[in-house]
Amino acid sequence: MTGDFTINGERKILSFEARTTLLRALRENGYTEIKEGCGEGECGACVVLLDGKLVNSCQVLAASAIGSEITTVRGIGDIHIPHPIQQAFVDAGAVQCGFCTPGMVVATYYLLQKNPSPTEKEILKSLDGNLCRCTGYVKIIDAVKLAAEGMEK
Amino acid sequence: MSDFNTVGKSVKKIDALSLAAGEKMFTDDFEIPDKEKLLHLAVLYSPYAYAKIKNIDIGEAEKMDGVIDVLYYGNVERVLHTTAGQGFPEPSPYDTVLFDKKVRFVGDRVALVAATSKKIAQEALKKIKVEYEILEPLFDIEKATSPDAPKIHDDDEYAVIPTKYDPEHNIAAEVEIKFGDIESGFAEADFVEEHTYRTQYAAHCTIEPHAAAAYFDAMGRLIIISSTQVPFHARRITARVLGINEGMIRVIKPRIGGGFGGKQEILVEPLVAMVAWRNKRPAKLVLSREEVFVSSRTRNPMRIRLKTGVKNNGTITAIEMDALMNTGAYGAHALTVLSNAGSKVLPLFNKIENLRFFGRSVYTNLPVGGAYRGYGATKGYFAFNQQIDIIARKVGQDVLEYIKKWHIKEGETSPIFEALGEGKEGVSQIIHSCKLTECIDRGAKAIGWYEKRGKHIRNGDWVKGVGVSVAMQGSGIPRVDMGSAYIKMNDDGSFNLHIGATDLGTGSDTILAQIAAETLQTPIEKFIVRSSDTDLTPFDVGAYASSTTYVSGNAVRKCAEKIREQIIEVAAKIMNADGDNLILENSAVKNLANGKVLPFEKIAKYSLYTQDQFQIQAGESFVGDESPPPFAAQFAEVDVDTRTGKIVVKKFVSAVDCGQPINPKLVEGQVEGAVLNGITYALCEEYLFDKNGRMTNDNFWDYKIFSTADMPKLITIVVNSFEETGPFGAKSVAEIGINGPMPAIANALFDAVGVRLFDAPFTPEKVLRALHKRSA
Repeated sequence: MTGDFTINGERKILSFEARTTLLRALRENGYTEIKEGCGEGECGACVVLLDGKLVNSCQVLAASAIGSEITTVRGIGDIHIPHPIQQAFVDAGAVQCGFCTPGMVVATYYLLQKNPSPTEKEILKSLDGNLCRCTGYVKIIDAVKLAAEGMEK
Repeated sequence: MSDFNTVGKSVKKIDALSLAAGEKMFTDDFEIPDKEKLLHLAVLYSPYAYAKIKNIDIGEAEKMDGVIDVLYYGNVERVLHTTAGQGFPEPSPYDTVLFDKKVRFVGDRVALVAATSKKIAQEALKKIKVEYEILEPLFDIEKATSPDAPKIHDDDEYAVIPTKYDPEHNIAAEVEIKFGDIESGFAEADFVEEHTYRTQYAAHCTIEPHAAAAYFDAMGRLIIISSTQVPFHARRITARVLGINEGMIRVIKPRIGGGFGGKQEILVEPLVAMVAWRNKRPAKLVLSREEVFVSSRTRNPMRIRLKTGVKNNGTITAIEMDALMNTGAYGAHALTVLSNAGSKVLPLFNKIENLRFFGRSVYTNLPVGGAYRGYGATKGYFAFNQQIDIIARKVGQDVLEYIKKWHIKEGETSPIFEALGEGKEGVSQIIHSCKLTECIDRGAKAIGWYEKRGKHIRNGDWVKGVGVSVAMQGSGIPRVDMGSAYIKMNDDGSFNLHIGATDLGTGSDTILAQIAAETLQTPIEKFIVRSSDTDLTPFDVGAYASSTTYVSGNAVRKCAEKIREQIIEVAAKIMNADGDNLILENSAVKNLANGKVLPFEKIAKYSLYTQDQFQIQAGESFVGDESPPPFAAQFAEVDVDTRTGKIVVKKFVSAVDCGQPINPKLVEGQVEGAVLNGITYALCEEYLFDKNGRMTNDNFWDYKIFSTADMPKLITIVVNSFEETGPFGAKSVAEIGINGPMPAIANALFDAVGVRLFDAPFTPEKVLRALHKRSA
């Protein structure tokens, strides 16, 4: 089947099989910045903003998201014009293998939209759905703080 | 030693922005050439722990629309190999084939379907009819060698190196070393302390599952893109399994989503390669999370009996370590993880004169062990550090002072370095750099040791305790691990740096470029780094055994020194100067005699275009004559809920001596990641099995690793030393941080509530049971 989506501000028609998850539909249509770490809604590598809400795209049926607005990490910034959050992840040393990073950046973007200057406790709570095995999260939390400071200026 | 320009600076990881921006950089992100012909693979795994396959009927599956090939033992040549991505000949036995007539654990491969879509391949699996003859499984390592135990390997399996391999008794590996007179050592002691420590099966949990794709280039060579830690070993072992030459295969490692040892195994590459080769079509396999848990590799469980003879003044008169390791159904890393439990641990207290290490790895019908960050050392240190805490308490000494007195120091050695290597004898070495005492002092201060130790600070049901552990690791396997580098200079004074070394996310591409940049006195931005491509980069064993910074780093340093000589040679000609007066400074050559400066760009253009033209280029290799250990002192502060048995780690301090850190932030990152992994390993990570040997918690909901919400405060202190044999004084650092959490938490638990746990992980149930037992 096919469906109409607005992805990173552009209207797109995606083709996918019925009962495909949004994760698979997006990846198979070239949006490989969305990572699959578990396929069961636990690791957060596949999070996107779906109509402004943070969701695990592996837990959403693509068909149920037709007509929605989707934001992935590439909609937030790219290597030419990185978003301050992406830059903060680089500067803080928060990127090791980088597989969880797109999801972490999207989750941070969502947090800072709602709460531009979160406390450490709020950061810990809001990134709870994103697993990372490389960093021990220390520098990821530094990155979120750095991004918040940078975006306030 | 702080007058470096690039070394010792936390320069940004060169691939970080691309990763944060979601560029296509991982195996499953790439579009495979000829993609309309791409075959998707699905694997049928054994539902039984131990069974003979009496019959397989693939007819129905083969007939399905879209199914192109079905592989099983009947149509795939039986080529014995090991999946352990180690040097050649591998110290692991050749006991594995792609598909066998026997299945040896729940998750062993039975068959594989290659189809035009993943869905079809998965559907086709259901149509394969397998008739099993269920055999009596072996789960208990203590019973593995008994005469009536089931034999797991009784065909033509063999060891490729001269080592004890006795599958008749389920012995996958065995090793023993002795010094002095162990019996008289124990006789001399005032008391003997003997305990049995047990560690559990654990998973690496790389967030990217194992993945590989294979396709043909225009010349008909097989290209494999793989999420591997060991591209060159992957090429060699895949070539063996396919029965073709290494030269027919090119392995490319793109960015990989974590390794930790789990991707040091050649598991998925031979499958995609075999399908591609048979069908002359591209093939891809990305494992699901469940498949990673059940069918890939794990941290081996180990039972360590540690016996120490001690004098009342604390002198250890004898130490005996008896390690029994569960290698699972196959012997990947069976010898080397085992040896490592002794070789990386026992030299730490090098003044013990009477010593015996006996280790045995046994087969069972459980998941296969393998390499995992820390290797055998992690298990050895769990036993060793609790034992030291017990001894220090018994002789009435502060454990910190006790360790400081007895640990190995600069200028000292241990006979174990020479006696116990990895698959062969080791290499004797003197410790050139060791700041462990300083690590202990600084770590103790950061945790507030003397304010908290033995104070049992209470808050309702919660009681606080602190514990310590110390460790050393290594920097590569001496005289085994080789890394190499190639550098050439471009028109504009930039350089291509090609290294076989494998960046798993550790940042090795960055720190290797830093080493080259420092040698050539030019900014890191001048380096275009390409790594881990068997066609385009020179050989490197890959990322394991904490080897990259030291081994590959030394290769890069040597290579860059050759480039420096060539640059100076050309500059001397252009400047009409004596080469002895020329130095490199600021991307230029400076003549010390007259202060004149010639930029790299002019030297490059001259060498390429003007006179006596040649390419400024060099290749170099390095193999270590020794393996200088990094050292660490790690401290846990825990709160224990005496009502529920729950342990909460409040704060964890790691003070680490890894020589001169090349990139301090990346060093911290390595330690922090290893520590959190170690904390969850201590508290909650564990494979659970049903009575038939099937893992029952094969997902992230039931196999818990910490998220941000569970985090303790992690403090990392980098204690600089200078390792004279390392590149710019550096040693390696990737593994050591994982050794401390389990013993430090166990010691902190005792400090808080006076109970000891010898079986990991320390679940609330176990803590509570121990508390009840003590009060009973």
